[in-house]
Amino acid sequence: MKLLFELSKENRKMNLIPPCDVPEYSFDETLLRKEELRLPQISEVDLSRHYTRLAKQAHGVNDGFYPLGSCTMKYNPRIDEEAAALEGFTAIHPLQPQSTLQGALQVIYEARELLCEITGMDDMTFQPAAGAHGEYTGLLLIRKYHQSRNDTKRVNIIVPDSAHGTNPASATMAGFKVINVSSNENGGVDLEALRNAVGEDTAGLMLTNPNTLGLFDPNILEITRIVHEAGGLCYYDGANMNAIMGTVRPGDMGFDCMHLNLHKTFGTPHGGGGPGSGPVGCKEFLKKFLPKYTVSKNMDGNYYLDVAENSMGKVRSFYGNFLVVVKALTYIKSLGKEGIKEASCNAVLNANYLMNKLKGYYDVAYDQICMHEFVLSLDKMKHETGVSAMDVAKQSLDFGIHPPTMYFPLIVHEALMLEPTETESKETLDEAAEIFIEIARMAHEDPEYLHEAPHNCLIRRPDEVEAARKPILRYEFENDQ
Amino acid sequence: MSGYVVNTKQEQQEMLESIGLKSMDDLYAAVPEEAKLKELNIPEGKSELEVIREMKALADKNVVYKHIFRGAGAYNHYIPAIVKSVTSKEEFLTSYTPYQAEISQGILQSIFEYQTQMCELTGLDVSNASVYDGAVAAAEAIMMVQERKRSDVLVSDCINIGTMGVIKTYCESRNINIISVKSKDFAMDLDDLKEKLNENVAGVLVQSPNFYGVIEDVEEISKISHDAGAKVIFSTNPIALALLKNAKEVDADICVAEGQSLGLPLSFGGPYLGIMTCKKELMRKLPGRIVGQTKDAKGNRCFVLTLQAREQHIRREKASSNICSNEALCAMTASVYCAAMGPDGIRQVAKNSASNAHYLAAELSKIKGFELISNKPFFNEFYMSCPRECRQIVQQLAEKGYLAGLPISNNILWCCTEMNSKAEIDEMISIIKEAL
Repeated sequence: MKLLFELSKENRKMNLIPPCDVPEYSFDETLLRKEELRLPQISEVDLSRHYTRLAKQAHGVNDGFYPLGSCTMKYNPRIDEEAAALEGFTAIHPLQPQSTLQGALQVIYEARELLCEITGMDDMTFQPAAGAHGEYTGLLLIRKYHQSRNDTKRVNIIVPDSAHGTNPASATMAGFKVINVSSNENGGVDLEALRNAVGEDTAGLMLTNPNTLGLFDPNILEITRIVHEAGGLCYYDGANMNAIMGTVRPGDMGFDCMHLNLHKTFGTPHGGGGPGSGPVGCKEFLKKFLPKYTVSKNMDGNYYLDVAENSMGKVRSFYGNFLVVVKALTYIKSLGKEGIKEASCNAVLNANYLMNKLKGYYDVAYDQICMHEFVLSLDKMKHETGVSAMDVAKQSLDFGIHPPTMYFPLIVHEALMLEPTETESKETLDEAAEIFIEIARMAHEDPEYLHEAPHNCLIRRPDEVEAARKPILRYEFENDQ
Repeated sequence: MSGYVVNTKQEQQEMLESIGLKSMDDLYAAVPEEAKLKELNIPEGKSELEVIREMKALADKNVVYKHIFRGAGAYNHYIPAIVKSVTSKEEFLTSYTPYQAEISQGILQSIFEYQTQMCELTGLDVSNASVYDGAVAAAEAIMMVQERKRSDVLVSDCINIGTMGVIKTYCESRNINIISVKSKDFAMDLDDLKEKLNENVAGVLVQSPNFYGVIEDVEEISKISHDAGAKVIFSTNPIALALLKNAKEVDADICVAEGQSLGLPLSFGGPYLGIMTCKKELMRKLPGRIVGQTKDAKGNRCFVLTLQAREQHIRREKASSNICSNEALCAMTASVYCAAMGPDGIRQVAKNSASNAHYLAAELSKIKGFELISNKPFFNEFYMSCPRECRQIVQQLAEKGYLAGLPISNNILWCCTEMNSKAEIDEMISIIKEAL
């Protein structure tokens, strides 16, 4: 397919801006750009068709089953988009007087109240733009807390080996050293390893529960107790929150702070990689360290931007990805108390139903009731047939299914992680099960065919090694080559 | 009850029984009883009609100004109709990060096109696929220039206040020392810069046009900084780049910008777009997703996420940044915007914005007590004194539907874009005259 730059023809253009009706200002020659600006020159028709063609080569939630583990690819309700497109939300300047922003501030205030109740936290900031940004912000709360007590020796953050890669990366960014602890034979935190890891240098623990194997750690209360007794704090990675809403809350499991991924759990779209929103919740004693700004309400019922007394400072230009918060608030209002719990229960039910259907054909990494996702290990299949997790994933593309997450978590060999979400029907799950069973059969009968998969997509497997070895990261114009 | 769970209660029960369970509670057997929630205390679910009424009521509580003369990091530019039409396509809206290249060529190609456009605007070699916003882009750029022996960074004291705030937070946690460079007449004081440069300084960050609208002499700042072995981070406005010297022409090593001006609505501050480009030498230090061109098994051109050895899911605690989700759809928005505008359109936006600002400045200057505070050249924002308590004037303008410039102490930071017309500016001037 042609690139925008290959469609460009000199002097083609759209008529978008009226001519200037004030005297034209001329800058001093020395300030001006001399370099040619080679943006595409293109008609509206060609531009419109270009993106329609590109859209046909993308796979969204509406294009089919999307069991991408740890990403919670649930249906994105249309009403949420409509709410976020209201002019009263899109056309307001972030630096308007606060008296003219009461609706926007109320959105944040209401979202905070609802999400604090859902998570068991006492306060929440909506500044962070994504999950990893939330992790960073949450870890700074922990850092600030220890600093405020002059407890400067606490420099370590404990992270299980099954954790999302963002956990250790965020810990480093927040100025901590990462201590990895191994998992036990059931995929949970190894309590003995944890006891050995904690000490006077422990700043905190980062944990997701259910963990990345899709398992709820039954020792959770003991885990958070061990960390607290050593003087550390517990951070909850909310990436897997879609499993437990309405049944159990991070705040009741002993966690002190956490982030949510509104773009996972609360139905806002992923946009091909963003924008998301990663609000950070915390217990009362950490409130005073929250980033600028939080939203408060005064005696007269007016909302205002507030600064926590010992705030860590800013993590964003303004107040976070506001329109994403509007979408999430719309979603929570729609679902309400029964709907929120129903969503999680059905996410878990759908995962167990699908796992059960695949059991005779694939090895489940940990064969027990799972939460909202489960992990298959294709180690044995690879040994017997040569077919890898990658091959199976790529073959599923030919059947119109978005592949599961591959090779994660790192502690399972040849891992495929499936997360169906609650917005899929029984028929879709039955159909998907049949497809994966068919692929298992193909693996034994014609492994060569699977090594070459996919066969019916727009492109065959890309050469990723070449891409990294000789990076071409922009279009090269003919006269540049 | 919600409408998004598909299976009926009866189907749910059948599915439970098919896996040997009796109730939903059986799914949560691993959860300790003492930790379980008795009741979720939030309101009942509502119908779509009820919900949209509530959301409209909230939206209506905000004031939407007809006439906007305020910027300071968020700019009211025209958004062509094609931009919203493209970015609301559900294939783009609802897809995940394009890990699976075979079914994601549409997304990957659009990011590759975005990267190219950002390289063209800024003049530098490599662009990433976006970070959260302009302030975070500046903070991430400071992380990029860190070297073992050089850990200080010099920052102009005329950069955007929000950007400064984010930089402080990011640097504090990494033990990076921020040293502020003084300004003279609201531009970086080059003598102070020279004085503060030494072998510990990893980089110098300058914003131009700066927070007060002034166009800085970044070329000279680069020369001085490079002579002392420091890298230069140029924070700018992408619209200005169409008209004024770009990052290559001022010899910056990294260019960062708030990309909101490129087709994103004001939206109370987000989602916005962090633009980051750099020279080739720094490519492997650039944070976030990057799309590269390669060939598939049949030899056809295709696109993939590349240089992933920098990223958190591979490198974990040694990654160049923790960023995972970015602002992909905002990057696509910017890309459609740049393509729709084309080189002439974007230059026109820049010219009209600057011309309107200079006209407003000239008209205001005719009123006693309104005076430009700096004599330096400016782009589309300028800082001006005010003859009276400025909040009163701002308030009187607000009552007539005008969002005036941003009051800072008793001065006002005014801003114009192509959205302001001569008639609108003249009308505002007469309101101000009446108010005095």
